[in-house]
Amino acid sequence: MALTARQTNALRAGVLLSPAYLWLTVAVFLPLSAMLFFSFLSAAPFTTDDWHFTTSNYTAFFSRSLYPDLLGRSLLLSAVVTLCCVIIGYPCAYVLAKQIKGRSREALFLLIILPFWSNSLVRIFSWAIVLRGNGIIDHTIEAILPVDVSINLMFSFPAIVIGLVHSYLPYVILTCYLALQAIDDTLIDAARSLGAPFRTIFVRLILPLSLPGLAAGAVLIFVPVAGSFMEPRILGGRMGTFYGTVIEDQFVAVFNWPLGAALSFILLAVVLVILGAASPVLRHAR
Amino acid sequence: MSPRRTWPIAAGRVYVGVILFFLYAPIMVMALMSFNASEFYAFPLHFTLDWYRKLAGNAPIISSAWRSVWIAIVTTAIATTLGTAASLALFRYDFPGKRVLQVMLFPPIAIPWLIIGTAMLIFFFWVGIGRGTPAVILGHVALALPYVIVVVSARLQTFDIQLEEAARSLGASSWQVTRAVTLPWIASGVVAGALFAFAVSFDQFVVSYFLAQPGDATLPVVIYTAIRKGFTPEINAISTIIIVISMAVMLAASRHFKFGGER
Repeated sequence: MALTARQTNALRAGVLLSPAYLWLTVAVFLPLSAMLFFSFLSAAPFTTDDWHFTTSNYTAFFSRSLYPDLLGRSLLLSAVVTLCCVIIGYPCAYVLAKQIKGRSREALFLLIILPFWSNSLVRIFSWAIVLRGNGIIDHTIEAILPVDVSINLMFSFPAIVIGLVHSYLPYVILTCYLALQAIDDTLIDAARSLGAPFRTIFVRLILPLSLPGLAAGAVLIFVPVAGSFMEPRILGGRMGTFYGTVIEDQFVAVFNWPLGAALSFILLAVVLVILGAASPVLRHAR
Repeated sequence: MSPRRTWPIAAGRVYVGVILFFLYAPIMVMALMSFNASEFYAFPLHFTLDWYRKLAGNAPIISSAWRSVWIAIVTTAIATTLGTAASLALFRYDFPGKRVLQVMLFPPIAIPWLIIGTAMLIFFFWVGIGRGTPAVILGHVALALPYVIVVVSARLQTFDIQLEEAARSLGASSWQVTRAVTLPWIASGVVAGALFAFAVSFDQFVVSYFLAQPGDATLPVVIYTAIRKGFTPEINAISTIIIVISMAVMLAASRHFKFGGER
């Protein structure tokens, strides 16, 4: 049987595509579906035969203020970290995109992006070394100022924020940099030659044009921070109970997998709402 | 230039310098402490290589390090092959549902790894794969695939499809076209994709944490457990080695892939 050119192409495309997408289906999409199914079970089917369908895992979330409070706390952490990253990162992206030119720009940009792609656990650990009491911060201050100081930020909310900002700052610099450098310099020059002060140029021209990049960076930080558990565990100690750590507990300590699945899915729903809300702006991002 | 125009530029450079200090100082401190004799990270510093010597004799950490390396190599090989094949198809052919396939690449990147990792744990247990190295590789490849496809596709955008058509009209078979024309052109993209895949796997903690068998875990999982139990500068030593490796991998990738886009 002879195949038409169209059928041959479809066959070839199928052969090339199916291994990758089968893999993604088995390792990502089926697991997500399984988790949704699981979140409506009373117990894990592979631990007991005595299980049935129930919505109790979801009602458990709402019946106690514990879980909504922790989710709120995690979203607050996300908001604080995102805000810090944007405030610190945007000016840096601006300097890189608009003030520094040539090879030094490329080198500096690479230096900023490099840590982002290195091991996140190790970088959080490095803050545990820096922030511990009687550590390098105390000794540096004592070497400069003749006072005895004891700054112990370890195991506090600020410690978690510092570690997470360190982890995600390069993200927002990357997205803002891409957006800012796409702005045509002649536009800015035109505005300036017409006598606009920098403030006006920034508010009316630069900020609106770079907003998609800013939003993309913000979302890319907000979402993973909402699900973080390793960072609060290491830098927060007993202060480090968040929504993510509670989910972790369900899977590695309490072994209430159906509840963990429901909690995970509620987080996923929140994430999807955020991504959906941001998508009109994100569509303009590169 | 008037002074009014130069001071913002100087301030800008200082600001970027401060950011770089913030990004690198903790890593430097962490590395420095791996050469300090005090077990309690005390000052003043006394130089020693003892922690590296101890590390070399720490069988659980060394074996987990080798496991991490070979899992990363297997992940890289699979993800690069499957990802490059998929990118070629997405580039060459137009078909209904193509947009859906492109959107399918985002969940593994955009959904928090905590959710993906726990979902994998549930599903793999359910179908009988359970925890352990096969589960870890299944997970790592899935996380690495979208990066490979995105990076290789970006490189393919610079490729002129007419070159393929020319080769085909000269009688080359589909495989010959791919091997002799297309692959050499996108080679740097494939290399960059492979390095990304290696980094995703080698540095992966969250998904490995849920999927690795205790006692048979990858290096980041072993380090996390150690950090939570109480640690010595041995952990600084292995962390220093890891950060050097992962930064070297990304430096190599940066030679093949422009992070800042085309200029």
